[in-house]
Amino acid sequence: MVAAAGLRVVRCGGSSLHGARAVFSADCKYLLCASGDFVKMYSLATEETLRLMGGHGDLVTGIQLNPHNHMQLYSSSLDGTIKLWDFMDGIPIKTFTVGSKLLALYALPGSEDSVFVVTPKNGEGDAFQLVSVKLTKGAGQDLEARELSVVLDDVAASPKCIAFGREGEYVASVKEVNLQVYFFKQKQLNRFAVGGMKTKSGNSHFSCIACHPTEDCIATGHADGKIRLWRNFHHKKEYTFSTLHWHHDTVMDLAFSVEGSNLLSGGVESVLVLWLNVSDRQKDFLPRLGSPIEYISVSPDGALTCTLHKDNRITIINSNLRFSKSIQGLIKSTDLKTGLVVDPRTKALVLNGEPGHLQFYCLQTDQQLFSLDIVQRQYIHQAGLNQTDLVKIAFSAQGKWLATVEEREEATDPELQLKLWFYDEETQSFKLNTRINMPHEDHITDMCFRDMDELEDDSLVLVTTGRDCVFKVWVMVEDTDPEAQQSVSWSCDFVGSYHSYQATNCCFSEDGSLLAVSFEETVTVWDSVSWDLKCTFCYPTGKLRNICFGRLTCSKYLIGATDNGFLCCWNLLSCALEWSAHLNILVLQPDPLSEYIAAISWLSKESSLFVFKPNKQWPIYIQRNLCKEKIQLAAFVPRDEPEVIGTEKYLWLRRSQLFFLTDTQELMTLSTKSLEERLTPSSKQLAVEETLPVTPFSLLLGKHRQQQSQEDTDLGKRVVGNKPEQDSPAVKELLHTPAHVLPSASFLCPIFINSLLIPKENKSVEEVADEVEMQSENTEEDSDEERDVTEMEQDDTNPMELLGEMTCKVSKSQERELRKIRKMDYSWISAF
Amino acid sequence: MATYKPVVVQQFPKLGERITQDTVYWRGYKTPVQIKEFGAINKIDFSPVAPYNYAVTASSRIHIYGRYSQEPIKTFSRFRDAAYCATYRGDGNLLVAGSEEGSIRLFDISGKAPLRQFDGHTKAVHVAGFLSDKYRIFSGGDDYSSNLWDIPSGTEIVSFSEHTDYVRCGCASKVNADVFITGSYDHTVKLFDARTRSSIMTIDHGQPVESVLLFPSGGLLVSAGGRYVKVWDILKGGQLLVSLKNHHKTVTCLCLNSSGQRLLSGSLDRHVKIYSTTSYKVVHSFNYATSILSLALSPEDETIVVGMTNGVLNVKHRKPEERKEKSQQKRQPAYRTYMKGRTYMPKQEDFFVSKPAKHVLRKYDKLLKSFQSSKALDAVLEPPIRLHTPEVTVAVMQELHRRGTLRSALAGRDEKQINLLLTFVARRVIEPRFTPVLVTVADMITDIYHPVVGQSAIVDRQFLKLQEAIGKEIDYQEELLEVLGMMDTLFASFTKKRDTYLGDKQNNGLTKMIETNANN
Repeated sequence: MVAAAGLRVVRCGGSSLHGARAVFSADCKYLLCASGDFVKMYSLATEETLRLMGGHGDLVTGIQLNPHNHMQLYSSSLDGTIKLWDFMDGIPIKTFTVGSKLLALYALPGSEDSVFVVTPKNGEGDAFQLVSVKLTKGAGQDLEARELSVVLDDVAASPKCIAFGREGEYVASVKEVNLQVYFFKQKQLNRFAVGGMKTKSGNSHFSCIACHPTEDCIATGHADGKIRLWRNFHHKKEYTFSTLHWHHDTVMDLAFSVEGSNLLSGGVESVLVLWLNVSDRQKDFLPRLGSPIEYISVSPDGALTCTLHKDNRITIINSNLRFSKSIQGLIKSTDLKTGLVVDPRTKALVLNGEPGHLQFYCLQTDQQLFSLDIVQRQYIHQAGLNQTDLVKIAFSAQGKWLATVEEREEATDPELQLKLWFYDEETQSFKLNTRINMPHEDHITDMCFRDMDELEDDSLVLVTTGRDCVFKVWVMVEDTDPEAQQSVSWSCDFVGSYHSYQATNCCFSEDGSLLAVSFEETVTVWDSVSWDLKCTFCYPTGKLRNICFGRLTCSKYLIGATDNGFLCCWNLLSCALEWSAHLNILVLQPDPLSEYIAAISWLSKESSLFVFKPNKQWPIYIQRNLCKEKIQLAAFVPRDEPEVIGTEKYLWLRRSQLFFLTDTQELMTLSTKSLEERLTPSSKQLAVEETLPVTPFSLLLGKHRQQQSQEDTDLGKRVVGNKPEQDSPAVKELLHTPAHVLPSASFLCPIFINSLLIPKENKSVEEVADEVEMQSENTEEDSDEERDVTEMEQDDTNPMELLGEMTCKVSKSQERELRKIRKMDYSWISAF
Repeated sequence: MATYKPVVVQQFPKLGERITQDTVYWRGYKTPVQIKEFGAINKIDFSPVAPYNYAVTASSRIHIYGRYSQEPIKTFSRFRDAAYCATYRGDGNLLVAGSEEGSIRLFDISGKAPLRQFDGHTKAVHVAGFLSDKYRIFSGGDDYSSNLWDIPSGTEIVSFSEHTDYVRCGCASKVNADVFITGSYDHTVKLFDARTRSSIMTIDHGQPVESVLLFPSGGLLVSAGGRYVKVWDILKGGQLLVSLKNHHKTVTCLCLNSSGQRLLSGSLDRHVKIYSTTSYKVVHSFNYATSILSLALSPEDETIVVGMTNGVLNVKHRKPEERKEKSQQKRQPAYRTYMKGRTYMPKQEDFFVSKPAKHVLRKYDKLLKSFQSSKALDAVLEPPIRLHTPEVTVAVMQELHRRGTLRSALAGRDEKQINLLLTFVARRVIEPRFTPVLVTVADMITDIYHPVVGQSAIVDRQFLKLQEAIGKEIDYQEELLEVLGMMDTLFASFTKKRDTYLGDKQNNGLTKMIETNANN
């Protein structure tokens, strides 16, 4: 493996799942979601991300299973292509280029080889139309799909605003206050309108639509929280509708259950409402789902419901409306105030999660490790409420202490709380130790621990800076109180200020002896023992945005970035400016394990990365045009073991990895590895049931029959993936191999019989199996190998001896061939 | 999916006294038993042997009390005038007492009439006691003399006339049978040896000495007089170890606890202070109704007996150790059905079905869960919560404010409810922990109900009360700010001129910054 030449920006997770409704696979084992430019496949059993299917050049806007082959998936994207995937293997089968932006995708079982997409109308900016696209059957992978026919004009852009009715007989679309229903057979278009926006409880604009799967009934959701059920819409005049009202705000999505007896609705209240029997208005609730519901989808067997939330979380709900599990990657929070912090204990990224919570996000598995409730108050999902926000967090060096700041805007003063959490080894989670009300009189701007690994606990000091022009030093105090549960608590030890300037940033030097606090334009350096002001630095006319100390060999330098676009480095020994550079630095992030410092600048619509050592003015590494979006936050995550990096240019990536978060909350990293290497862990063997069990009875009986039929005749047909344990690999291989390359039956018989016996030594049988497997792979691969096999057939009937001979017979060139083949990944074979 | 999170009621640490192990220990006494005696109680002495009876000397009588008896089990009343300082001998069989007429009497515990009478003092004898050899008695009298008596012969062995004022206290060494000390109103404590003809050490206390005490080791001497309790090292020739000034009136009595780890002092200022004998810091203190004259602690600290100037004897018994197993035994039959299988340990192959934990919500939480703001507010305005745990009421008000429904919860109330609300707000708004929330509440109430002002006399009165309370608080805060300003000037003038900024440590919750001239 040769080290790749360049560094590439790799997306790690956290992109929006809001493209389209999630889709269950036909056997309800997997869940498919549009996630940014990718389609993600999750396992419903383990909540793992199994596959990441990439290929689209822009946001994926719609995914649908191929109604004629449930192993295939259509996806549409803003880049104007429809892709057909084999999602079990993650292979794109076909790409159809439509040409214009695609905003939604619908596939119907009735229409043979066409799908419906929403595209913008030619010429007009915000008018959209529903068109049916004929997917031509061609040989190649990339095909043009130009045969478009307009079905409905003037539709809304959202995929929630169009629904297809019972067996594809009609299509209903809503826009603003209009509902239009188009009947395919009659070619009749009915339009209905609801009475304007004059109602006192808000406007009655349509927000979403769902069609009953078996009856002629359309459910529409409205912006004022009402749900209307339309019937008799065949007639232009005699239509009827009834109203259901529970939501107090917009109904975000609606879904009928598979049989159509129940209706599910969700909205900003983050309550899933189940309308039990649609006509008599019984309802059931699943409250406190965490965040507003964006999409609802129901699994084809009706056992599961999946809600997609605004914060990129997926919740799986049982049929009896019980919370089952949630799939959560990087939770998207509305306002990322805490920054990107690395938990020293788990090496997880820690940042704002759901409101009032901290999420610990595991980078390796793209999963949320846990969510720590900091605010500990009931969150009310309602617009216009001043919610308590988590604004600052800091970890002590070993992750033993966690300090959090939460604030709530009030009319007069902000309500502030500083909380200190102690890591409890027993429960393996953080426990609240001290709560300080109003630690500062105004917002807290920065916070840091004095992190010294080697020293005792009593050296642990927390510094907070506030807009009330002071910084405060908090220390632990021993509690002599025998009745109190805890032995230590925190209290204020020192308050410092400088010319009544607002304190903006603080940081400790590596050895903890110096504290740097920036007060608007000035950096002050304080002795951390006596809290005396040692010296001050400033760079003319620029307020300081970030400061940090150099590390290791560069610990005599102090780096600061000003908001008028300068990066300055001061020497602490000579108390003079060492160098400065003109750069508009947004993020300044020192690597905790080396002396490198990463600075991310924002210049004319592109972010650039500069990595430098403080003792030299010239950066070691520059990456221009890191990404188009503004980069808000960055963090160095220490690697478990130093990576071997060939070129000296990338030596700064040896000990830690740099992660950064963009405006759109996509998590990116820089990697020297190629894409294939990075993706290897996710290429796992998957199995999907080819034949779908219909009832539990058929599940019982069908399995039995299937086995029989396969053994008898149906060799061509591939075997179900998850076989009972008794099936030896030999048998499997026997059944997998095409008939024309199989040895004669008389030869195979003893192997087969042997394989059915209970083996005395497991090992030998396994060896046999392995070798046979290898053989069959070879035979499949090319005809050279086939000749060998045929030779082998004639030799002996004893399989054990045969194996030894066979390996002898393989010539050197063939051996090379074999090795090459062995290296190739055949795991996909066993998927069938 | 999260469950409903109950309202967090903020707990504030209690200011003032800190709970230490000592406070726990010394608080472990039952409510006192008060026994009325005939006059001021000048001495209480516990018998050193088993039933631990105690002799109380008051007026002309000596009463012997049993451990839990409220009536004296024996009385010695053969005194014409006041009796003083009834003291047990080391084996608990004999009792010696001085008297106003100058005679010293020796009683047998079982008898009634005195066994011996020692005459020799010309004035009242306020102190008498046994030496540790059990056969001799020392005494001190108002005739300035300290005498030593032989019990078998009933004669005076030696008389020391070294004090120049009344001798009012004394004690014998437990280590050496020949040594005893006396304290006198001439401000001195003298150490006598029966084998010599004069005192062997004189310690100047500085105030009339009211009480002296020797540590069991005999090396340390404690003297009390005036407001001071002083500890002296005898082995170092009477060097002052520590001087304690924790009382604000004369200290009248001293006592050690059974382990010798704590020193107790009683004073006319109605307090008993308990000191640690290692750090000599006050670890606890008791408060009594009247001035304390005498004090005694039974072995194992079972009982504290305090005698007052008004003749009241205050007896405190230690609470028995709580026995949990006893209560469990009691409960067992009633809970038999519930206890069934409680002790069953699941085997490895057992499938364990855990019972979901039941979360019991308070009434206001249930109402808040179902978004019934007005009812939730009603629930926390009920008397038990409003009066005893106002923090709950305030926490719910804050939660309602956070939800944006406080205004609607406050609105639409009748005269009685407004009265209730206003009473609560007016009373609590000045408490610093509630002020931020209650100011908002008061604001909203005035906002909502100002159209109805003048329609109800009760509500009007409450509004005036609220106004008064807030006005007072503002005046108070202004005064505090003035004081703060004064202190700032003082501190600033004390601080040396330096080129750096100084911050002083947080003092009494007030944080002040002292800024001196800067370097740039």
